[in-house]
Amino acid sequence: MTFLDDFMIRALLAAVGTALACGALGCFVVWRRMAYFGDATAHAAILGVALALAFSISVPLGVLVVALAMGVLIGTLSGEVISPDSLLGVLSHSALAMGLVAVSLMPEARIDLDAYLFGDILVVSKTDLAVIWGGAVVVLGLLVWRWQALLAEVLSNDLAHAAGLNPARDRLMLTLLVATVVAVSIKVVGALLITAMLIIPAAAARLVARGPEGMAVWATAIGVVAAIGGLYAARGFGTPAGPSIICAAAALFCVTFLAGRLRG
Amino acid sequence: MALIEARDINVRHGATHAVYGVSMSLDAGEIVTIVGPNGSGKSTLLRALIGAVPIDNGNITRAPGLRIGYVPQKLHVDPTLPLSVRRFLNLPKRVSWAKAQAALARTGVDHLATRPLAGLSGGQFQRVLLARAILNDPQVLVLDEPTQGLDQPASAAFYKLIEALRDELGCGVVMVSHELHVVMSATDRVICLNGHICCEGTPDVVTAAPAYRELFGTGTGGALALYRHDHDHSHHGHDHDHSHSHEPAE
Repeated sequence: MTFLDDFMIRALLAAVGTALACGALGCFVVWRRMAYFGDATAHAAILGVALALAFSISVPLGVLVVALAMGVLIGTLSGEVISPDSLLGVLSHSALAMGLVAVSLMPEARIDLDAYLFGDILVVSKTDLAVIWGGAVVVLGLLVWRWQALLAEVLSNDLAHAAGLNPARDRLMLTLLVATVVAVSIKVVGALLITAMLIIPAAAARLVARGPEGMAVWATAIGVVAAIGGLYAARGFGTPAGPSIICAAAALFCVTFLAGRLRG
Repeated sequence: MALIEARDINVRHGATHAVYGVSMSLDAGEIVTIVGPNGSGKSTLLRALIGAVPIDNGNITRAPGLRIGYVPQKLHVDPTLPLSVRRFLNLPKRVSWAKAQAALARTGVDHLATRPLAGLSGGQFQRVLLARAILNDPQVLVLDEPTQGLDQPASAAFYKLIEALRDELGCGVVMVSHELHVVMSATDRVICLNGHICCEGTPDVVTAAPAYRELFGTGTGGALALYRHDHDHSHHGHDHDHSHSHEPAE
């Protein structure tokens, strides 16, 4: 018997781990205007779930691989004849539709679909926790390591080149990190709301932060508060956990928005 | 040995050749200006020189460990990114406060250190970009239309500052401009580009060249005289007042 046997403790740890993974990365998603990119990657996750079940591999691994493939595909195809937002629209919705069709072809998997679309945090296992926290450590570690280079790339591709950096490699790393976050948070907030977990805390943080590092710290803190608050609200009101966490984040966004306005 | 040398390079944008058959080099202490009409590949050539666009043919050699200070044409700072001038100078390498302050002072904007980047005027922004570019004691300064959006006196002052920095740092400078008459004064060598190199040489040689006149006409003669240096006298020790020597060409 450990404290991890309490499902509420596991749920809390899962939610907080997800918030940690999303906070700082979400700032890059906001700065680089990758919201739709995040959506497309997250939607591809459903296809990843289907493939993982079909080939009997672990679900987070299947999600990671398909989400990463989607990210790379978007990176490769953008800049061609079709505009980036149309391309993302095509890929995002196709991936979601294909995932839903693929899941429906596996009768034994159908019952799980809601859990992957909207999250099912109350059933996270100890293995899930290990995946979530492992993912969070990887994401935060890589972000801290490449922080300066990534920021320079956000500002200007050419500026990064002139400084001897390799912005293409750093962009690929961001793609990998978004795929990782998708893989670790699908159980917590679900494929449809993962982007919200990336964007809402970061957008809320923008309104109170004065520097990029401050914004990352604020975003992480807001995400953690939303995760804990949303989870308790879900238990109190009997509402689904993932959407409740996003609602809590949205409420915090309103608070910082008003605070930012009042401060001028 | 040249700091940067391009030999017979081609750069394609899709099916069109943006730059073709261009060879050029940059030595320490010289200012090379690339001029040309819109769409002539000026920015592309500059970006190829710093390695930001791949070349399809030819080759570019940069001196080993070359330190480049780059001033982009424009820098869009997304409003979602909170960034002060001081923090901006820390990208991508962190520098000491004193060093950053010295660079800002050198370009005349040290009073702006704590201001958010997003709130600066065009001229202030360019000087901040220039301050960032000189932080790493560059061997080459690369500037892409650095005075876009500035009025003519401000442009002239900016080019004078570049010239002074070149003298202090001993660096090579390669820049793109379309303000021919303003930039000529601060230039050792001009490359006139229209996809390929139409003509090159000292400002006097280029402005007299038929290929140059074909591209730009001859109407800039008067303004050119206004801003041209008298290259026979020293650059130091006295104040230039170019309007003295201005005699209307027409």
